[in-house]
Amino acid sequence: MSDIQSAETMHTDTHDHSHDDHHHEANFWNTYVFSQDHKMIAKQFLLTGIVMGTIGMMMSVLFRLQLAWPEQGFPILEKLLGKWAPDGVMDSSIYLALVTIHGTIMVFFVLTAGLSGTFSNLLIPLQIGARDMASGFMNMLSYWFFFVSSVIMVISLFVTSGPASAGWTVYPPLSALPQAIPGSGAGMTLWLVSMTLFIVSSLLGALNYIVTVLNLRTKGMSMTRLPLTIWAFFVTAILGVLSFPVLLSAALLLVFDRSMGTSFYLSDIFIGGEVLDHAGGSPVLFQHLFWFLGHPEVYIILLPALGITSEVIATNSRKPIFGYRAMVGSILAIAFLSFIVWGHHMFVTGMNPFLGSVFTFTTLLIAIPSAVKAFNYITTLWKGNIRFTPAMLFSIALVSTFITGGLTGIILGDSALDINVHDTYFVVAHFHIVMGLSAIFGMFAGIYHWFPRMWGRRMNKTMGYFHFWLTFISAYGVFFPMHFLGMAGLPRRYYTNTAFPMFDDLADINILISNFAILGAIAQGIFFFNFFYSMFRGKRSAQNPWKSNTLEWTAPVEHIHGNWPGELPTVHRWAYDYSKPGMDEDFVPQTIPLGPGEEETH
Amino acid sequence: MSALLIIIVLVLAGVAIGQAVRIFEISNALKGKDENEITDDDNKRQGWYMLIFMFGMFITFIWMSASYWEVMLPKSASVHGKEVDNLMAISMIVITAMFVVTQPLLFYFAFKYKGKKANRATFVSHNDKLELIWTFIPAIVLAGLILYGLSTWNSTMFRPEDEEPMIVEIYAKQFGWNARYSGADNQLGYANVRNIAGVNVLGVDDTDGASLDDIVTTELHLPVGKPVLFRFRAQDVIHSAFMPHFRVQMNCVPGAVTQFAVTPDVTTVEMRKEQDVIAKTATINAIRKAKGEELYEFDYVLLCNKICGSAHYNMQMKIVVESQEEFDNWMSSQKTFAETL
Ligand code: HEM
Ligand SMILES: [Cu+2]
Ligand SMILES: [Cu+2]
Repeated sequence: MSDIQSAETMHTDTHDHSHDDHHHEANFWNTYVFSQDHKMIAKQFLLTGIVMGTIGMMMSVLFRLQLAWPEQGFPILEKLLGKWAPDGVMDSSIYLALVTIHGTIMVFFVLTAGLSGTFSNLLIPLQIGARDMASGFMNMLSYWFFFVSSVIMVISLFVTSGPASAGWTVYPPLSALPQAIPGSGAGMTLWLVSMTLFIVSSLLGALNYIVTVLNLRTKGMSMTRLPLTIWAFFVTAILGVLSFPVLLSAALLLVFDRSMGTSFYLSDIFIGGEVLDHAGGSPVLFQHLFWFLGHPEVYIILLPALGITSEVIATNSRKPIFGYRAMVGSILAIAFLSFIVWGHHMFVTGMNPFLGSVFTFTTLLIAIPSAVKAFNYITTLWKGNIRFTPAMLFSIALVSTFITGGLTGIILGDSALDINVHDTYFVVAHFHIVMGLSAIFGMFAGIYHWFPRMWGRRMNKTMGYFHFWLTFISAYGVFFPMHFLGMAGLPRRYYTNTAFPMFDDLADINILISNFAILGAIAQGIFFFNFFYSMFRGKRSAQNPWKSNTLEWTAPVEHIHGNWPGELPTVHRWAYDYSKPGMDEDFVPQTIPLGPGEEETH
Repeated sequence: MSALLIIIVLVLAGVAIGQAVRIFEISNALKGKDENEITDDDNKRQGWYMLIFMFGMFITFIWMSASYWEVMLPKSASVHGKEVDNLMAISMIVITAMFVVTQPLLFYFAFKYKGKKANRATFVSHNDKLELIWTFIPAIVLAGLILYGLSTWNSTMFRPEDEEPMIVEIYAKQFGWNARYSGADNQLGYANVRNIAGVNVLGVDDTDGASLDDIVTTELHLPVGKPVLFRFRAQDVIHSAFMPHFRVQMNCVPGAVTQFAVTPDVTTVEMRKEQDVIAKTATINAIRKAKGEELYEFDYVLLCNKICGSAHYNMQMKIVVESQEEFDNWMSSQKTFAETL
């Protein structure tokens, strides 16, 4: 309670804030570890996200080795996987475990917490002109729940019976019965514990973001003057609050089935030579609950990336984002529709075909606001004066992958077509391109763009360029050919494709993909180096290195608690007055009052 | 030990690169340049790269479409599958068209409007007419696709049968398949996993009269041109019965029975004579020969397509589509449930 109050007073009072803190001395622990400052928490999320991302990426390289060169021994596999890879050939259960944890880490730990957690925390207070989040304490808790959840997920890799291996979607009965797959024993228990903590973290974060955006906007910052980043983070937070609790309930019921003998999801099962007692449950119920979160989740991942891109593209095209209101409208439309399309993941579960028709209809509707967004990005470039920062390159790449992946969604959303591509590599191609790549590119764009804001230094441009091109090329190189694998009928989550001679001619494509995956992973080395090097030795940045309009660049480079010394900035215009005719410069920060006779744009 | 060496080498490499960057920066600083400012030269170069990337992407796209044509599934071997394939072809054309319009615009604009310090962008914030147009065009195209898609879906799911379909159960378990034919009465006897015992691996209820003439097999034979209604069951976890050549897929869910109706209309022998299939088989056999493996002959297959455990990747059953006579012959060589008891 006292924290909320202090945030409130911070917000309203106007005296000098340049001293470090109100209540306690700054020391190592409360500055770097249990910090309640949103900027520090953002960095904590980012670093944890990067560590988890590295683990997830290394896992994908390991299983790509297996897919391209099955039966061939790799000393590195034996070294890393030990008993799971005798003679360097990974075992089929560990393959499934790697795929499962890879998916879980990428979706939740990197692209939900790592992306949203970093940039919502960093940008919400700074771009709306607040001194901090509504509750710094809740914000700190949110990070620490996330941290503990990450640690538990990593610990689960070392369980004797192996980590969770039922796929990141953990469908029961497979995930409920250790007899069905060893990973569904202790590994799955840890997975559930970890995800529960994760959900708590994400709820604490999201509630805070919502309240902050609604209550702590500075004077003049009306909702229609918010930068699109904030709109995206705000709507994302609402999606999270509405959908994560459903995942929690799905997980709890799974816990009950696993350890208390209930039958929510289990019925009529014969396994390990005996019939289980469970009767009357439905495994499909889990899928409904899971995807009720699961589909909004893909937008929880994507919207922040789109928000970041809007900001980066406008700033670096030196033009207003095209169709600001349409952009806000389509974010809202996408968010709303994302709650009524979950059934497109379940067309072939035996659901009523009429229900399938309804989900096809709603799913294809989402393509409309998505198309509007894509066209608006393209038009923002039109007649711009484009400055190719690494962030800008990643944003353009995002628009490209968003289009490519969005288009294949039209195939998958069509129930009649999904029959034959469901759960094949076509799906793997689709969701990696539209969600994985787009969101990762958005995250890189955000990191390159706001690095000066976070660390007061610049990242090296040349390394940024190399990183971008290698990443972009290998990303398409990995995922584009997968469409063809899918159309050849190749199922996903296969440990090896050698059991079916009909897939033998796909081996070359798989080798091509794996080579690109390895290239892509190596390219990330450039990024890591650039990131950590620039953090400590990078060139000091000017306060507003990109000549940007938004408020975060009006705060001093040195971090101070409360963000602005003295009064909070007052906002007089929207965030996109770039190259406005009649102005001296090609940008007009939001804090500059309208000139005499100047018209406000929207 | 080797791990340690690798780590040392990596660390040293990192330090070396760091020093190189440092020297580069210092020399730039001496020349009074800020190496991180984006110069007009950078914009020019990156703009060109964008354009080159676009051409590279399209060349690769065309090359892949041409050279991977052969690996894709051959023509559909079922009646509804032909409609699905048409829908797929049309949807593919539509999305390829959108791909070919939007991607070049994106990269071309990036190239065309690469910036110069001296220039200014044109201030355009929105254009209601334009935005309406590109809301409505996708809406209309999608409406078309939705209507076509739903009509295909409906005719696939609710196929009006002039003929009574033959009822066949597909039974999934870790890690294999069984088929159960309903026999002369075309009725499957009641079954539940609680009845599994001895040779009765499918848990068929022997007190149900309808079950006595049921026939349990390990291969799936189907007469050509005859409608079949598959009813799917699973014993332990969810599996998915995927018959890619027939454009059929349905999950097998423990505790529930799901179904899918299909009419196979190309026999295995006919399919082997298809041009596509001959070419694909030849490619595969060239590969197999080089590896010294047994040669391959085309067959329809049933695969598992829902993660179900460690041997998920190897859960298959051969499907044979043949003439009614051949089918009857095969059938008469199988034992009924009553005979196996
Ligand atoms: C580093 C580059 C990456 C590579 C090479 C890669 C590769 C793959 C492959 C081949 C699979 C399918 C394996 C199978 O079905 O047997 C897979 C699964 C998956 N990946 Fe990635 N991936 C990468 C990055 C990402 C990213 C950025 C995301 C974030 C969305 C992601 C999310 C997933 C998910 C959710 C699955 C499904 C896991 C499951 O089947 O349970 N991946 N990945
Ligand atoms: Cu979805
Ligand atoms: Cu299976």
